[in-house]
Amino acid sequence: MILIGERINGMFKDIREAIQVKNAGPIEDWARKQAEAGAHYLDISTGPATPAEEQPEVLRWMVETAQGAVDLPCCLDSVNPDAIKAGLAAHRGKAIINSTSADQDRMDMLLPLAAEYQAAIIGLSMNEQGVPKDANDRLALAMEIVANADAHGLSTADLYIDPLVLPVNVAQEDVIEVFETLRQVKLLASPPPLTVVGLSNVSQRCPDRPLINRTFLVMAMACGLDAAILDVNDEPLLDAAATAGILLNREVYCDSYLKVFRKR
Amino acid sequence: MGVELVQERWKGKLYALTIGREPYQVVAGGDSTLPFLDLDGGSYTRPVSALTVFDRRPENWPDTLTGAWGDVLDNPVQWARKCVELGADAVALKLVSAHPEQGDRSPQECAATVKAVAEAVDQPLIVLGCAVNEKDAAVLPVVSEALNGYNCLIGQATSENYKTVVAGCLAHGHSVIATSPLDINLAKQLNILMTDMNLPPDRIAMDLSIGPLGYGIEYAYSIIERKRTGALLGDRMLAMPVICLVGEEAWKVKEAQRADDLEWGADEPRGILWEAVTAVALAQAGASIFVFYHPEALRQFNTQIDALMGK
Repeated sequence: MILIGERINGMFKDIREAIQVKNAGPIEDWARKQAEAGAHYLDISTGPATPAEEQPEVLRWMVETAQGAVDLPCCLDSVNPDAIKAGLAAHRGKAIINSTSADQDRMDMLLPLAAEYQAAIIGLSMNEQGVPKDANDRLALAMEIVANADAHGLSTADLYIDPLVLPVNVAQEDVIEVFETLRQVKLLASPPPLTVVGLSNVSQRCPDRPLINRTFLVMAMACGLDAAILDVNDEPLLDAAATAGILLNREVYCDSYLKVFRKR
Repeated sequence: MGVELVQERWKGKLYALTIGREPYQVVAGGDSTLPFLDLDGGSYTRPVSALTVFDRRPENWPDTLTGAWGDVLDNPVQWARKCVELGADAVALKLVSAHPEQGDRSPQECAATVKAVAEAVDQPLIVLGCAVNEKDAAVLPVVSEALNGYNCLIGQATSENYKTVVAGCLAHGHSVIATSPLDINLAKQLNILMTDMNLPPDRIAMDLSIGPLGYGIEYAYSIIERKRTGALLGDRMLAMPVICLVGEEAWKVKEAQRADDLEWGADEPRGILWEAVTAVALAQAGASIFVFYHPEALRQFNTQIDALMGK
């Protein structure tokens, strides 16, 4: 399971404030805390509060700050292609671009960037008309992204499809469509694309969010989920992911499996 | 139209275990693909083959084995020199006489023997205790100290005695053989416990236990293969190279030992073939270090490895 730590994001108050006054402290702290918890990537997002024209410079600074504190690659999270480009230029190692939609103009901008910087990229199964209702329409958009990635010389092993998880309290019937999409995405190409979800979205504005996140993650893993953007410092969540990995025979069991899960 | 081969892209590779001293060092592991497969663009390392020396004359050996070695069976130093002459990459010295019921030699006596052997050959030394947990816990740290600087591979450390064995090897710069009873879960756990003591993962060889016959070899094959693919898929606690005590195991079975008779045929090629074929099978499963008894089995093994490597 590939764990992408969600915490360095301007949506969180402490990071937003750090960005405003260019205080590296909170970003470095969260980089270290997430690395210690077992993150494989750090998601880096300015959040919407940063003005668009400042986003490239801010994202570059955030990437350099995070990578100055820990030796982890980043998942560059922005809707602004200029910010993605600035982040890629400053990034050390293999980044993940987060993300392109299935809109042709977005793919034409972002897929060449992934190829140029040898980065992986997340493709959202949505377009300008929004998020499809069912699995079939999500898969049709995923296929568009797979075909376009191929046309740009990107290996499907470097492509993550995100079937888009909506909050369960507003789109309850969508959850099962996400599971079905996760199962079928693997049939689209060989090697199959990877799959990723932004986990915390499923529990937006619900009470008992950790329980919903944890239950969803385990169910999604059983459908073949490869990666998630999540709260890596949620201990029970990581315990559940580690245990699901054992029960699905993805990892070889040993008595210390909870500890080993956080070591890689 | 040509056929495009489907290639695996492995993200993990085996740790490379280095034993011995320059310029006679040998490296086991480091492989980044399945054994003897270069289609995926990964690389593999030639298996290391060692010959066994006992620290006293072996009892109950079949004629095929005693006949191959002759007089040196009474002298571990000469025996070790002969191993090297016969093409062994390394010498595996087994401290049989430390066994409480087979001499019960003291740690100091054992240390004197291993020191004499280490000084007599340039090739790397593998030291095997007597396979009694408590006695090995007493003997192996003293042996480790006597071999300081020789960069040996020492075992067998089990879940019962690994703490003292690892501590001795850590203090004196040796690598450790981690022995588990044909169980990949226990094998992985032992690696975790040993690395938790700050033993670097590239200083462990995994002895997963093997059988040379029937379910024994099928099970050994499967577990070695599973360990190899687990390592290539990125599991660092399975990425240590595997050592197989093929001589010790193959010559235990009656199919290898039995003297000439009508039904079984001549004993001379049979026992040797049993040992060599066991080793070749486990090399194809993905093991990296092979410890033989019979020099002809080692020779035949290396001939097969040449063929598998396209030489």
